[in-house]
Amino acid sequence: MNRPEPHEIGVGLLAALAFAGIACLPLFDDGYYLSLGVNIVMYAALCTAWTLFSGPTHYISLATAAFFGIGTYTVGIGIDTLPFWLLVAIAAVLSGFVAALVGLATLRLSGVYFVIFTLGLAELIRQIVTWVQTNFTTGIGLYVFTDFTETHIFWMLLALTAAIFLTGWAINRSRLGFAMRIIGNDETVAAHVGIDTARAKVLLFVVSGAFIGVVGAILAPRFAYIEPPSAFNPMISFQVVIMALLGGTRRLWGPLVGVIPFTIVFDAVSAQFPNHTSILMGLAFLAVVYLIPNGITGWIETAYARLRGGAAQPAGKTRWIA
Amino acid sequence: MKRRDILKIGAAALVAGSLTAGTAAAQDTIKIGASAPKTGPLAGGAAVTHWPALQLWVHNVNEKGGIKVGDKQMKVELIEYDDRTSGEEAVKNIQRLATVDKADFIVAPYGTGLNLATAPLFAKYGYPQIAVTAVSDKVDESAARWPNSFWTLGTSTAFAESVADVLTTLKDAGAIGNKVAVVNVADAFGIELANAGKPALEKAGFEIVYDSSYPLGTQDLAPVISEAKNADPDAFIAFSYPPDTFGLTDQAKIAGLDVGAFYVGVATAFPAYVGKFGASAEGVLGAGGVNPDTEAMQAWYKQHQEVTGVGADYWASPVMYSSLQVLEQAIERAGTLDKAKVIEQLTNGSFDTIMGGMTFDGNVNRTFWTVGQWKDGQFHGVASTGLDGAVAPVAKTGW
Repeated sequence: MNRPEPHEIGVGLLAALAFAGIACLPLFDDGYYLSLGVNIVMYAALCTAWTLFSGPTHYISLATAAFFGIGTYTVGIGIDTLPFWLLVAIAAVLSGFVAALVGLATLRLSGVYFVIFTLGLAELIRQIVTWVQTNFTTGIGLYVFTDFTETHIFWMLLALTAAIFLTGWAINRSRLGFAMRIIGNDETVAAHVGIDTARAKVLLFVVSGAFIGVVGAILAPRFAYIEPPSAFNPMISFQVVIMALLGGTRRLWGPLVGVIPFTIVFDAVSAQFPNHTSILMGLAFLAVVYLIPNGITGWIETAYARLRGGAAQPAGKTRWIA
Repeated sequence: MKRRDILKIGAAALVAGSLTAGTAAAQDTIKIGASAPKTGPLAGGAAVTHWPALQLWVHNVNEKGGIKVGDKQMKVELIEYDDRTSGEEAVKNIQRLATVDKADFIVAPYGTGLNLATAPLFAKYGYPQIAVTAVSDKVDESAARWPNSFWTLGTSTAFAESVADVLTTLKDAGAIGNKVAVVNVADAFGIELANAGKPALEKAGFEIVYDSSYPLGTQDLAPVISEAKNADPDAFIAFSYPPDTFGLTDQAKIAGLDVGAFYVGVATAFPAYVGKFGASAEGVLGAGGVNPDTEAMQAWYKQHQEVTGVGADYWASPVMYSSLQVLEQAIERAGTLDKAKVIEQLTNGSFDTIMGGMTFDGNVNRTFWTVGQWKDGQFHGVASTGLDGAVAPVAKTGW
């Protein structure tokens, strides 16, 4: 791994300042805006973790709800007996482990097979959890009563988001990141130059899954009451994909550009038109896919390239630089 | 549409939001906030039980000139949000109602999970939380944890044990034998009911000849019914959710499962149930119940249909409406919008509702309907924990 370049140190310092600034939010408002902040940071963490894997590989993973639910359940089951931090660590290991299993089983598949498999995964795990609870325990709802406030959850999520960015940056500079870029551009070429494509993909999927599991674990105290349908809610998977694609997955920070406006606008829309949210969101999704297929960052890059008179980057060929 | 335009619309929506919030600040109305599912898995139930009852109450309060607060008549203004059946949304909506809209009172959300997820916030901002659609055995624990919370609909154990009582009544009358088939949906309420119901049945001397659970969202319920039928039971009990309540009844009808007692769970009390099964619904037992024979209730059901355009259910709808009447009376008695004073009234008072009197003992309503039965197009309560007006259960005679 190379040493960081000077401009990277500058970006890093700026990012650190930005994070410090955002971390002050709870000092100004501990009501609605903090709640909105928690939702934004939660999706920022989820989408960035998702992009770690899906950005360079172009594999659309719908397994987010599965990893998220594993994290939530780990805390739900263990909160009365084990310390919270240990549970967060266990959540990371468990979701990483499941990601490894799934990766080994499916990452040789491509495209649509992978999408369908990951979609089914969340449902499968939900049914297993339900079955276990039905047959071996007395109740199904788990109560998570802790002393954590929204402020704590906000800070934990923010720290996690920073960790995901750092990890993404480190991976990007490593051999693994280089391999992933080649795989993303052309998997056949990657295989021919001697890259173990399956191993690289599984590794990245594990990292991504573990982070998503931790997000679920951190949010468990906020739910207070955990049931399989809420922990393994497929809407989480879909929203993560939509927000990440809206922002663009070519850059590690791309999803952020999608998450922030999406969460705020979605919130405003559902507040103003509570009876028509679904229709408006459906239209918005269509608009995103048709009008800005490469996301906002992709759109900006294309516009910038055109402005300089150069040719626009062809779609599909991705440079993924943090 | 250009991206700029999309942003403009988004910005306009934000501005519009802050404007409407601003103009309503002049205090001659009481702002009532409400956050419940309009989309997501629980939207169907909320559309029957939660929203219409709330709409009717707002209509009635404003029709009569408002709520009397001290020497002022204050009309009610409703602020609605959709929580999309999601915990994060519900939490955020309550925060928004409390801190941005500055609602005077907030109606408790729909569903056990969402009521528990938002309870810490109701407590933080000091709002009374009169939960209706939250049935759980943890109500006492919750009431102790959040003294501003009130629980009206009962416990799962009471619901399940009442089923055993009703079957015992039928057995003692010679209407059914002692063989029972029990199935349940493998989800929260279904499991809690089954765990409490099966021991109660055995204790009452019933023999469970078939016992099985099926996953939430099962589409094909034919195997469940045919296996139950093979066990040749005298009574069939399903601790089910709305879609399977309909599915199981459908299959039982097709397979001709001829039992003297047929019990299905949530949604048996919905008007859609009798709407779908018509005369076949006659004699079906289910969770919930009301006493539809009082004048007050008859008038209320009629008005519900007229004002909201939909029929009310025979279980939680009137409780939902009653909980709002309780809030209304607590505000009037307190003579102020001060939330702490209203909570004080709720803790100690006794209230007149369309269903009769309601009081809270340790913040929990101890008298509620548990089992009902369809008779002549109405769902009559046949068992309760101490309410008047129960009718005797009768055996079901064919489909």
